[in-house]
Amino acid sequence: MPRPGFVLEVDRSTPPILFHHGESLRLEKLPAGRTRVLYPGEPLDALEDVDGEIRRALDNPLGDSQPLRSLLTPGMKLTIAFDDISLPLPPMRRPDIRQRVIEAVLDLAAAAGVDDVHLIAALALHRRMTEAELRHAVGDRVYDAFAPQGLLYNHDAEDLDNLAFLGTTRHGEEVEINKRAADSDLIVYVNINLVSMDGGWKSTATGLSSYRSLRHHHNVKTMQQSRSFMDRHASELHSSNWRMGEVLKDAGVKVFQIETTLNNDTFGTSGPMSVLQKREWEWTARDRATFIGMKAGLDRLPIKARRKIFNSWLAPYGVTSVQAGEVEAVHEVTTANVFKQQLVPIEGQTDILTMGLPYICPYNVNSVMNPILVMCLGLGYFFNMYRGQPLVREGGVVIMSHPTPWEFNPVHHPSYIDFFEQVLADTTDPLEIEARYEKQYAEDEWYRHLYRTSYAYHGVHPFYMWYWGAHALEHVGKVIIVGGEPRSVRRLGFTPASTLNDALEMASDVVGRDATITHLHNPPIVMADVT
Amino acid sequence: MKALVFSRKPMKFAAAMVAGRLAPGAGAKVGPLALRDVDPPELPGPGWVRVRPRLSGICGSDLATIDGTSSRWFEPIVSFPFTPGHEVVGELDDGRRVIIVPVLSCVARGISPVCGSCADGRINHCERIGFGQLEPGLQCGFCESTGGGWSTLMLAHEHQLVTVPDDLSDEAAVLVEPTACAVHAAAQVDSGSVAVIGAGTLGLLTIAALRSAHPSMEILATAKHPHQRALAGELGADLVVNPGELERSVRVRTGSMRLDSGQLTGGVASVVDCVGSADSIAQALRIAAPGATIHAVGMPGVTTVDLTPLWQREIALRGTYAYARADFDTAIELVRTLDLGRLVSATYPLRRYEDAIAHAASAGTRGAVKIAFDLRPEKERDSI
Repeated sequence: MPRPGFVLEVDRSTPPILFHHGESLRLEKLPAGRTRVLYPGEPLDALEDVDGEIRRALDNPLGDSQPLRSLLTPGMKLTIAFDDISLPLPPMRRPDIRQRVIEAVLDLAAAAGVDDVHLIAALALHRRMTEAELRHAVGDRVYDAFAPQGLLYNHDAEDLDNLAFLGTTRHGEEVEINKRAADSDLIVYVNINLVSMDGGWKSTATGLSSYRSLRHHHNVKTMQQSRSFMDRHASELHSSNWRMGEVLKDAGVKVFQIETTLNNDTFGTSGPMSVLQKREWEWTARDRATFIGMKAGLDRLPIKARRKIFNSWLAPYGVTSVQAGEVEAVHEVTTANVFKQQLVPIEGQTDILTMGLPYICPYNVNSVMNPILVMCLGLGYFFNMYRGQPLVREGGVVIMSHPTPWEFNPVHHPSYIDFFEQVLADTTDPLEIEARYEKQYAEDEWYRHLYRTSYAYHGVHPFYMWYWGAHALEHVGKVIIVGGEPRSVRRLGFTPASTLNDALEMASDVVGRDATITHLHNPPIVMADVT
Repeated sequence: MKALVFSRKPMKFAAAMVAGRLAPGAGAKVGPLALRDVDPPELPGPGWVRVRPRLSGICGSDLATIDGTSSRWFEPIVSFPFTPGHEVVGELDDGRRVIIVPVLSCVARGISPVCGSCADGRINHCERIGFGQLEPGLQCGFCESTGGGWSTLMLAHEHQLVTVPDDLSDEAAVLVEPTACAVHAAAQVDSGSVAVIGAGTLGLLTIAALRSAHPSMEILATAKHPHQRALAGELGADLVVNPGELERSVRVRTGSMRLDSGQLTGGVASVVDCVGSADSIAQALRIAAPGATIHAVGMPGVTTVDLTPLWQREIALRGTYAYARADFDTAIELVRTLDLGRLVSATYPLRRYEDAIAHAASAGTRGAVKIAFDLRPEKERDSI
């Protein structure tokens, strides 16, 4: 029976606590008597028969939906959309759950005589997936059967001829999605719900949409009103997507939703990485030696070698649930399953929230975690890992640990470089950034060209990263990055600190000397249920 | 009288070249520049007056001369030994404060009739440069006959004098000559987007002049140092970036495409190069749109640059030297309006000329803009 997550009160006997630090690791002694550490639960038990559970879900749909096999008929147009490279994090070991689900769907389609099938990576404005990445996601058999014929491809949100405008919500939000998907008799959407933000109507309304549509919820106001975007019922981001879902339904778009959840077995139970998943006071002498050796080895390696090591890591996640059927009914059950793994109750807010940011976020798989993504991971994702109220109080301090190098992948993130060099040099205010710069970047022909033909995130994407942190920027009084490259940190508008102790000293100027501290021990992913 | 004198001494000149490469401004310590007691220059003829410099600035062209990096092009149009200093505010025997227009035109050289350019008021285009009653010298500060501002006394022709308005401080007045250069440059630039490379004194003043001449023009600028960034923005640049970020900024602002090599397919309509190095000219060529004009405002020297883009994209490379007399009126107004006297960051007495040159040569890294010699406290000044 896996142990649930819990809150540790730090005392003098508490050993140094693990902080992820990009492609490195740190152990930090946290102040006794005023510090809590929020630990994730241990990995939930994985399903023993994943393929059987997939078949069961397809035959026993949730909500107002018929079993998938009865929705499949000869001559129909079927589109299978699936989550892109941003999920899960880190990527999972083969076979990827998308492959298993897609193979099951294709088996049913073949049995029903469906021969007009397209598979689309629902990447919205993310970068296109490479062949290797697509193969990893859907498996070689599916890839070889569909890709050579042009039936498996990346969604292109800038291919105006292949977008369909379906109407506007009652709030005036335009709904435009992939034309092939919109024209299909059935969309089967295959999700990996790594966190509670994923899935639901956000899958189709975001993953298969265009800038014209996305801008209605990927904006500062929406993000500031999503408290948090990890809590669907308190998230304006999700409300907007759900309204768009209504438009999709009214337009006759039929979606058969398949959502899957994974446990948080990120680093495994054996091998050197497994120590990162253990609670520090339970480290054996061997664990300590492993950690010291691993850290020393990493710190001696050049950054490219370290990045290669981390980027090659594939997580041994177990699949914990598969739900299929009507979008909203499926999503309710899925979210409950995500929470079962990740949600940990904690009482009251903290003055200072600390977090060790790892090497990866949704937008730098096989890439570089540039400073904008550091901001997004810390203030966007980690800060928003709460239900109820933010873990840090209003006016409090966030301390993040990450090297934050002034480094970008020019292929994946060309507009990020310009955003960092020009926009952030001018202002870090999300509203001002949105008003003055977004349109120009969104409509830039060169970014558009790179998004469509290379492997670049869309020109507007760095703006969304900044908006993702807008709620946190509005909420907290100060952001400090420990161990970050000072000029990068300052460009972000934050304060650099050499050590955690220095950072805590700086924070005391804002929240006083006896401020309470809470450390988010993440990854593996943990979400705070703050009462 | 006291004067800093630059002599023709090949060995010392060679030493300055080496030292200047190692540390900008180091040519002052080992080169042919020295502080001397010299006889006052003799008036060359009617219309010439004596000027007691009050402040005299150190210009980029002075530094290039001292460090031995300036072109041999100047050899026939300077005369040795000369006293540098062409950014001068001084006073006449009657106490009137004047700014000197240092360009030596036909009138100053006693040539009559004057050449066509001088007749048109384009004294910077004088076609009799190197001839007439004066020793060769394109400007005061490079001419043996006139002396220069880095001394307690120099000569100027009446045609070269501009009276300093009473409300203008010496610090403001000494900025008028470089500002006139900037005004002249700005007048050459057509409307449309412009990128200004370099944010030293000349770059900053050019930004100010461009903004004044073209209120709605989009001005991009590069600046290496924080104080330069702040001043560039304050004086009118819409966007100020680090030099290495300019190509990307131009691409974004102009909506240009970019080739795999990094070359832009479009660019800005005008580039004003206020540096004059091979790197800055090459960068200008990279960001100039097809059909654009690059204005070489900073003094270039012997450079190696790939001119293929100039040819393939029909880019014009246009020099911008000095000014016309009328530019000084505009410059005075600009200096007054924008309080440009504040750009004088430090002044030195003549005896500390090595420190002054070193400061001027590293002004950017030391948070400074314009360095000048302050002749007002010099003892010899009143006894001449």
